[in-house]
Amino acid sequence: MADEPKPEGAPAPADAGGQAPQPPAAKPAAKPAAGAAPAGHAPPKPPPPMASTPWESDLAKEIRERFGDAVLECSSYLGQNFLVARPEALIPILEFLKLEADYDYLVDLTAVDYPKKPERFEVTYILYSFARNDRVRVKTTLADGVQAATATTVYAAANWLEREVFDMFGIQFDGHPDMRRILLPEEWEGYPLRKEYSIVQQDDRWVKENLGIESGQ
Amino acid sequence: MPETTFLDANELVINMGPQHPSTHGVLRVILKLDGEKVLGTECVIGYLHRGVEKIGENRTYQMFAPYVDRMDYVAAVSNGLGYCLAVEKLLNVEAPPRAQAVRVILTELNRITSHLLWLGTHALDIGAITPVFYCFREREEALKIFENYCGARLTTHAFRIGGLQYELYDGFEQEVRAFCDMFLPKVDEYEELLTHNRIWVQRLKGVGILTGEECKEYGVTGPVLRAAGVKWDLRKAQPYSGYEQYEFDIPTGQNADTYDRYLVRMQEMRQSIRIIRQAVEKIPTGPIMGKVGKVVKPPTGEAYVSIEAPKGELGYFVVSDNSTQPYRVRVRPPSFINLQALDRMVRGALVADVVAIIGTLDIVLGEVDR
Repeated sequence: MADEPKPEGAPAPADAGGQAPQPPAAKPAAKPAAGAAPAGHAPPKPPPPMASTPWESDLAKEIRERFGDAVLECSSYLGQNFLVARPEALIPILEFLKLEADYDYLVDLTAVDYPKKPERFEVTYILYSFARNDRVRVKTTLADGVQAATATTVYAAANWLEREVFDMFGIQFDGHPDMRRILLPEEWEGYPLRKEYSIVQQDDRWVKENLGIESGQ
Repeated sequence: MPETTFLDANELVINMGPQHPSTHGVLRVILKLDGEKVLGTECVIGYLHRGVEKIGENRTYQMFAPYVDRMDYVAAVSNGLGYCLAVEKLLNVEAPPRAQAVRVILTELNRITSHLLWLGTHALDIGAITPVFYCFREREEALKIFENYCGARLTTHAFRIGGLQYELYDGFEQEVRAFCDMFLPKVDEYEELLTHNRIWVQRLKGVGILTGEECKEYGVTGPVLRAAGVKWDLRKAQPYSGYEQYEFDIPTGQNADTYDRYLVRMQEMRQSIRIIRQAVEKIPTGPIMGKVGKVVKPPTGEAYVSIEAPKGELGYFVVSDNSTQPYRVRVRPPSFINLQALDRMVRGALVADVVAIIGTLDIVLGEVDR
């Protein structure tokens, strides 16, 4: 799998049934690999261009109206809605979603590391509304070393989740009541889910001091 | 500063775990006590941290599938189902109907084995020794079906991205039917032992109350949420893998206490049997694998898919960068998030209740720590 992206054994171009309309192919068709691809359907067909589509709904409209430029994107991908917001607008948006739009359950809070981007961390909040039976993701981007505002003032569930994000990515949450590591030992050096942290890397000094061995590997 | 006298009971801090048998693994709870009363707790977790999410980024999509079984190892089949559904969502494929029906049967069997392990150990914590032997006896019968199907009892890796690897073995349906017939009366038997047992009722009633509102605030799901009277189950709310075809009820409680959570889980086992019976009668014929190639390479994008695992909402947030390895796999572990509510539940309770409350949360430390 070293060369160009080949739709080898490509995701079946099954039509996305009742899902969001698919925009026309944007990219030129990549050449399918010889051999491995299941030769079931008509010749060279690119994988379905599953691009995100704009998220059109009353809620999305209301958020756009209320928060204006702070909302950078309202989109849908594979039928899942998400919005991208500026970090400073994040807490007001979460408050709005919780108090006025009934998104009363913080499902998950996590981050993704894109080291090549200037704002390398993408923090994602997954919300669910029992009343609407609907999920929405709120995302924001942060540069390394920049603090995010804590969501614990909005959702109690954010407490441990933010601690885990801090533990794994080193993102500090401003105003968090107890910003400590949660899974790793407190003296551990490094943030394992950052992309530059290798899979076999560990805090050798900690391992030596506390476990009395040269390496845990 | 108040004057300290001999009678002034200072706050006492004691350490419970990580090797305490009632913490169900390596959970350490620091208890702050005033006499017998719990003033507050702090959970120390991470003893079983293996960096599962990091491993996910360094394995191909298929290679990572066996790892997810090792998080909640008493409900490995559910873990596998959630992961497969998440990757299938990114690939925009669906497992064929036959695979979906088999998935439902095995996942529901797994819900029963998970609840049985919970019931046995929970009763053991409270002081009832007998149920654990009964529970493990029946649990073994279900595990035999897993073993016959895929060769493993616990960490099954039963499903593959796109469907199933193995066709059903001869006699699968008969074995499943026989299990259902055998198991239903056994649930009554457990209830006879416990439901009206005076010690059991006294230890459980009114203990560890977590209301529906508090559950939502803390993100607590699964039987704990349902025992608080919230009729919410992902199998009904957002059906997956063909759950919409089956008739079943969502058992709920009213008092949001440990006793109601016990009753809810007992009812859930009966409902699982109901689902299995319907599913096994009409396993469709046809292929067991969807159109997924040898190399799984989803288009760039991200998706969050969650299922109703025995312990609550189990979600997978997978980010793809159109390579053969996930760019990021995030697991939303129900045990980790439910455990966070422990502090709220034990405040004001007695030390002995802490044991009951940890039991009723039904946590698995492999999943808490990942």
